[in-house]
Amino acid sequence: MKQIINRMELRFPSGSVNESFARGAVSAFVLCLDPLVTDLNDLKTAVSEAVTNAIVHGYRDTIGTVYITAVIYADGTVQVKVRDRGCGIPDIEKAMEPLFTTGGEERAGLGFAVMQSFCDSVRVISKPQKGTTVTLTKRFERKPNGE
Amino acid sequence: MNLRIELKGGAMTASMRGELDHHTAGEMREQIDSTAKKVRPQKLILDFKEVPFMDSSGIGLILGRVRTAALWGGRVTVRGLSPQLKKMAELSGISALAVLEDAGKGAKT
Repeated sequence: MKQIINRMELRFPSGSVNESFARGAVSAFVLCLDPLVTDLNDLKTAVSEAVTNAIVHGYRDTIGTVYITAVIYADGTVQVKVRDRGCGIPDIEKAMEPLFTTGGEERAGLGFAVMQSFCDSVRVISKPQKGTTVTLTKRFERKPNGE
Repeated sequence: MNLRIELKGGAMTASMRGELDHHTAGEMREQIDSTAKKVRPQKLILDFKEVPFMDSSGIGLILGRVRTAALWGGRVTVRGLSPQLKKMAELSGISALAVLEDAGKGAKT
């Protein structure tokens, strides 16, 4: 088991105003790694996608609670779990197809494609009527002339 | 998030400022469309120079405007994408539907 050097938990109501709060809070949490701007932006973007999914899809017609736990490991790996107790995803494989969306015309259907491209791994666990957990993992590179 | 709209010849430029996500994109869309639908510009320029962050909601915003402008035969040009935003644009394949100006060109004007 990898050594954990820091950990945080966050919960907030699924109002869309909290999308920026959530990605901002996670970025602030990983700042201690002195991350490259691109790495930080990648994680921030992926978190924004996962939280937006929870808000737009998980709690489609209602306001629920979104839970985030983030862990920093000693080797510079960051794991962020975004969880909702919303409606769940009936077909995860379908939901992860680029351009597939149930969100209407203004949604690009790229959320999972972006998470996959901007993180090292994305795991999705979902049960209809129980909710969805998206786990994002990203290894942060050390700056070339860091230390 | 705020927006500046400029009309010049047949072109309408919408310059956005602030972070673009699902929360802010809705208001942006309404403001851009309310002018665009009246003016029906042949060239609708979306300027992202002052957008430090966007997620895929930004792509949704561009796609939506491509569809709207197509109603009167207008085309969308995307200007001022930072390298991070460009990465998102490339992933989405949006360059098949809208003109992407390179950052250098956008910065010169």
